[in-house]
Amino acid sequence: MLIEALVPAASSYAKDIDFVWELVFWFVAFWFILSEGIFFYFIMKFRKKNSPKAEYISGEEKHQKKWITYPHIAVLVCDVFIVVAAVKVWYDVKQDLPPTDRTVRIMSSQWAWTFTHPGPDGKLDTADDIIKNDELHVEVDQLYHYELHSRDVLHDFSVPVFRLKQDAIPGRTIMGWFTPTLTGEFDIQCAEICGIGHGLMGARIFIESKEQHDSWMAKNNPRGENLLLASNEGR
Amino acid sequence: MRPIANTRSVSGVPTARLAVWWVIASEIVIFGGILMSYLMHRLAHGLWADYASHTTTWVGALNTFVLLTSSLSAVLAHKCAVNGDGPGAAKRLLITAAGGLIFVVVKSFEWTYEISHGYTITTNTFWSFYYTAAGLHALHVIAGVVIMLIVAAAAKKGRDLHRVEIIGIYWHFVDLVWIFLFPLLYIAK
Amino acid sequence: MAETISTHASHDEHHDPSFIWKYVFSTDHKMIAKQYMFTGMAMGLIGAFMAYAFRMQLAFPGMDVPLFGLVTPAVYNSLVTNHGTIMIFWVAMPVLIAAFGNFLIPLMLGCDDMVFPRINMLSYWIFLLSAVVLLTSFFVPGGAFGGAWTAYPPLSAKAEYSLTPLGSSIWVVAVGLEFIAFLLGGINFVTTAMNSRAPGMRLYDIPIVVWMIVIASILFMASVGPLLAGAAMLFMDQQVGTAFFDPNKGGDPILWQHLFWFFGHPEVYVVLLPALGITADVICTFSRKKLFAYRTVLMTTFATGVLSFTVWAHHQFVAGIDPRMANIFTITTLLISVPIAELCFVYIATLYGGSISLTTPMLWALSFIATFLIGGVTGIFLGASGADIYMHDTYFVLAHFHYTFYPIAIIGTFAGFTYWFPKMFGKMMDERLGKIHFWGSIIPFNAIFIPLFYLGVAGQHRRIFDFSNYPELATPEMQAIRIFATVSLLVMLAFQFVFFYNCIKSWMSKEKAPDNPWKANTLEWVAPTPPPHGNFKELPTVYRGPYEFSHPDRDEDYWPQNEPA
Repeated sequence: MLIEALVPAASSYAKDIDFVWELVFWFVAFWFILSEGIFFYFIMKFRKKNSPKAEYISGEEKHQKKWITYPHIAVLVCDVFIVVAAVKVWYDVKQDLPPTDRTVRIMSSQWAWTFTHPGPDGKLDTADDIIKNDELHVEVDQLYHYELHSRDVLHDFSVPVFRLKQDAIPGRTIMGWFTPTLTGEFDIQCAEICGIGHGLMGARIFIESKEQHDSWMAKNNPRGENLLLASNEGR
Repeated sequence: MRPIANTRSVSGVPTARLAVWWVIASEIVIFGGILMSYLMHRLAHGLWADYASHTTTWVGALNTFVLLTSSLSAVLAHKCAVNGDGPGAAKRLLITAAGGLIFVVVKSFEWTYEISHGYTITTNTFWSFYYTAAGLHALHVIAGVVIMLIVAAAAKKGRDLHRVEIIGIYWHFVDLVWIFLFPLLYIAK
Repeated sequence: MAETISTHASHDEHHDPSFIWKYVFSTDHKMIAKQYMFTGMAMGLIGAFMAYAFRMQLAFPGMDVPLFGLVTPAVYNSLVTNHGTIMIFWVAMPVLIAAFGNFLIPLMLGCDDMVFPRINMLSYWIFLLSAVVLLTSFFVPGGAFGGAWTAYPPLSAKAEYSLTPLGSSIWVVAVGLEFIAFLLGGINFVTTAMNSRAPGMRLYDIPIVVWMIVIASILFMASVGPLLAGAAMLFMDQQVGTAFFDPNKGGDPILWQHLFWFFGHPEVYVVLLPALGITADVICTFSRKKLFAYRTVLMTTFATGVLSFTVWAHHQFVAGIDPRMANIFTITTLLISVPIAELCFVYIATLYGGSISLTTPMLWALSFIATFLIGGVTGIFLGASGADIYMHDTYFVLAHFHYTFYPIAIIGTFAGFTYWFPKMFGKMMDERLGKIHFWGSIIPFNAIFIPLFYLGVAGQHRRIFDFSNYPELATPEMQAIRIFATVSLLVMLAFQFVFFYNCIKSWMSKEKAPDNPWKANTLEWVAPTPPPHGNFKELPTVYRGPYEFSHPDRDEDYWPQNEPA
């Protein structure tokens, strides 16, 4: 809700990630306002002109120490709630890989993205694959796997409206998933510094309805323009 | 002019000994880092057992024996120092230093052999670790030999005998690192 | 009965040394402290200038920055890289640990110098060398390293990726030398604190700031080793052609990340602890109160130190580590918020029932608590793995760590500097100028970084020289916020001139400061102002703890440690 006011939520797990953020926000706001409030109150109340002589308090006695002990146990309890919420969402987004038959291949390199879409036959590494630089086209409400690669250094595939980020590591293939839930055209970022062109690696994701997506595939499949087939190797 | 600061010992442990333990603790973390990295790599790459088979175990064993013996002479040097026998401590320290030099000489023959047979630091990651870890260790051996000679020169004249123990502690540490390196680089094949 | 040990301050053991031995190659801990302080502050100016240049680029992209020139993408990356590197390694550490540590530890413990003065001097010169080495990287072909202060390979390991063949290696060597300097320096802090305490000074009579600096040194020593090894490996990948971190030849880039962050996380506590210590001493003096639950503070600090070794991979949640590992690290990371919260509560509790004077040092110390609280609570968002998926690499992270580092390195430093200036330089600082400097720094500081939290939540990510390539980030509203933050920085930088003017004016003033202007209890205030070589005429004996303010059995509201019962 709070993040959504600034950035649309366009994936099935965006709301869940936003929920964890907001849970933290409310807990933190409570503790922050309480601590700062007491802090400034004490400064005002015990200023020299209000309080010319200070008390001698060691803080070691139980009735004194409890003012510290009880709050910090309460902090621990809040932390437990946050951990539970965080771990649940983390599992769903990063550990789990729900099955699907659609995979897009993402190749990051200095300093551009190469997206390989499976094409009308739905399979990667076939003749009708659609390879685009800096444009990723997906269909709304469809579960996709992504296969993330890097050709050279570390990059990071980041789609703010999905709330998704994942580092790309050369020499490894990293799998993940997303289900787009909102049509539109949005930013893709590289979120791991990758050299002097790091700021030039913006790309766009096009989340399309079924009709739009089918017609895009029809117009773009390899009867027409195509990029270097070498970028399809993606190891 | 020494400050009063280092003539007192509230904790009961002499300051020089505290200092050398600090140095050793830092070194343990440094070598620990290298060894942990080596272990993680090794566990992840089965091929390494094969690469490691090309190290020469008997040479490593010889060097281990040399270092252990030199640690023994360092202990004996300390005993002499405790009894106030400066020249005796100096002699035994020189034996220790000689052990260190033999170690380095043996290693240079070993490395010359390996490099001439194509096993260089860039051959593969096992060899990168091998030369880096053993090389860093060898640098510490050389540094230890140099300090030992300085301490021995003073001990011969009966001065600064407390430093015999200190350099001895350092030398045992150098020995200990090798005791870890030897099985990892030479035995686990 | 007091033990009178005469120091070599009380008899002329050696005639007054020449300029070079007194000011340049000095082994006196106070001179070494000042050397570290001035070098650290000078590097701070350089780091601040870099921030000026890159923030001007962000506010007015593509325009020539006055006094600098054009900030190209390559220049931008090397500016942000070296800003971070310099501020942590060449400002926070030397000022908080080496400068304050060197100055205070022998004085507060009641002895005449560090245990190993020549090693102390050596550590400074290695440190200075490391700073010079780093600065040369700006003048070599290819320019300074630009792969972020985290220096992840393969970018940092291969010149064909970084395009800074010399700069990358110079950076690694400089950082390695800095580590060695601080390892050497640590020898003195730990041995002096353990062995050279004044007679009667039990462990619980040691001022908290000394404990904090000693524990910080131990944390540093226990964590830096793997990174020093990693730095050697990175250097070899760069120059010799090894492949420790090259995945094409059997290496692993993630290994570097683990080595880096295993050190990197404890490192933030290494710099936090001295700032906490300085804050404690200042708050106690200006609220005339004993530190609340001193023993708890110590135990909590130990616990924090130990826990700090278990949280590192929260920097690597989305880095491609095994996702199951993330769960362990989110638990440990949130757990560490508990002792830190406890420390904040203790400081607030210390104010209760006090008699608070809002002097310049006290303003800084209080603002440390107020701003560090923001840094601490915003860390929770990032420690929660599920939320970090979105927050990683955004300006939210950046604002979080500036709300921890700025309080630590800048606020903590000014608190300590304004508090101990009378003892260090023998003159009082101007209170009015001090307050102007304080408000002129604190308000703009918040004006810079609060908006950056907002920008981070709105999706703005880090280390980008120009956001025009990202339509959702290139809105007029977001650009207006960037300009606002930059202007706030300009204001803050302008007010630093007030500080420098105050320093020079105060130092040159004819009026000498009294020995104990703040009426504090710790032993440094017993020594003459400024302390001579050897510190004390007679080494003191200690009879009580360091914070015996407002004791009911006394008329005076303070009770120096060395005053007999």
